[in-house]
Amino acid sequence: MCLAIPSKIVEINEAGLGIIDVDGVKRDCSLLMIDSPQIGDYVIVHAGFALHKIDEVEAGKMLDTLREVAFYSQGLEPDKKE
Amino acid sequence: MALKHVEEYRDSEIAKKLIERIHETSTKDFKVMEVCGTHTMSIFKNGIRDVLPDTVSLISGPGCPVCVTAQKDICAFIDIARMENTIVTLFGDLMKVPGGDSTLMLERANGADVRIVYSALDSIKIAQENPDKKVVFLGVGFETTAPTIAASIQAASKMGLKNFFVYTAHKLVPPALEVLMNTEGVKIDGFLLPGHVLLISGTDEYVPFVEKYKIPTVVGGFEPVDILHAMLMMIQQFEEGKGTLENAYQRAVSAEGNVIAKNAMYDVFETSTAIWRGIGPIPESGLSINDKYKEFDASIALGLDVKEVDEPKGCACGAILTGLMSPPDCKLFKKVCTPINPIGPCMVSNEGTCAAFYKYHV
Ligand code: SF4
Repeated sequence: MCLAIPSKIVEINEAGLGIIDVDGVKRDCSLLMIDSPQIGDYVIVHAGFALHKIDEVEAGKMLDTLREVAFYSQGLEPDKKE
Repeated sequence: MALKHVEEYRDSEIAKKLIERIHETSTKDFKVMEVCGTHTMSIFKNGIRDVLPDTVSLISGPGCPVCVTAQKDICAFIDIARMENTIVTLFGDLMKVPGGDSTLMLERANGADVRIVYSALDSIKIAQENPDKKVVFLGVGFETTAPTIAASIQAASKMGLKNFFVYTAHKLVPPALEVLMNTEGVKIDGFLLPGHVLLISGTDEYVPFVEKYKIPTVVGGFEPVDILHAMLMMIQQFEEGKGTLENAYQRAVSAEGNVIAKNAMYDVFETSTAIWRGIGPIPESGLSINDKYKEFDASIALGLDVKEVDEPKGCACGAILTGLMSPPDCKLFKKVCTPINPIGPCMVSNEGTCAAFYKYHV
């Protein structure tokens, strides 16, 4: 029941409704449960509601940590994949 | 187009390295429960069980909403569908769950107006379009779903809708974890917490639990790299004799969670004792509609008399949800009980452990 794929907000109307794009598929979505939604934001949507706006900075930091954890012990460059 | 915030977490190079780290780190037998059905499915789909060392075993927990819905609620759903002048709306995975001698799918084939919706807001639209009918939404789900149902009740109240009702069988996760820790015979060394539930509740809500039981507990996302990363964190804690709460899903989960969603949820609901299939009643684990919104409570408005009903004979869903048994241990598994002819809800729901074993395993 949980949709794990973050969707991009592509349209917002005054009533707090938006249109999201998940891999090319567009759907209606309520934006009432997130703070100041903007077009271009990535959100996690469940049962027709955006429930979380992804923090790009946090996501980037986490990915760096993850690469460090994964590649660290063999002394590989963590950013080898860039 | 690559899927942003997804592809990175499906990266096979990172996954391979994390698997190596897990193998290097794990020396002692470690039994981890993935609490949520979405994790169960992702773990099977991505073959994660096969790449983990023999020291690590996985148990699927009680986090599949349909699977923990009590038999009495399923029977009530069917009773509602049989009522005159009523439209039942629901999320699709409830359709095939057997209750008494029927399912909602059968009721629909027999002429009941049962409609699958994508959002509870769709039910509101249906109620507006059918003013002479009662529209009843059948609500199951955890903290992720409950706020969306609450928002639809708030919307109905604002619009003054008189023909929209909700039957609530919503549940909260933390009280169930507490019960698991205190169940005879259940041995769990670590919890993989469901990211989408904590996205609403926040990690703070789990601090008392982890402090009390000092058990490695990590919040994880649902892509393979997310899950492996969370596994590694749990195993590291376990090996070091630690038992703390960590977050491996920071792009979605914060300490305080989604406050707007929680406010909506507690504006409409109050906690109550809920019956969990196979587990029994758990105090403070259910969400009932409070007095302010009671005109929307289907049990009151329809005058339902919901009685205890026995669970299907021979079905071991309860023991499976608590990790005491694995689906192949159930005598009915694959012989009598299949996704086409499910006996219990664990075989019905896409997120059910029995369905996952059937699809991907033995
Ligand atoms: S295999 Fe079927 S009968 Fe057995 S526990 Fe699972 S759902 Fe119940």
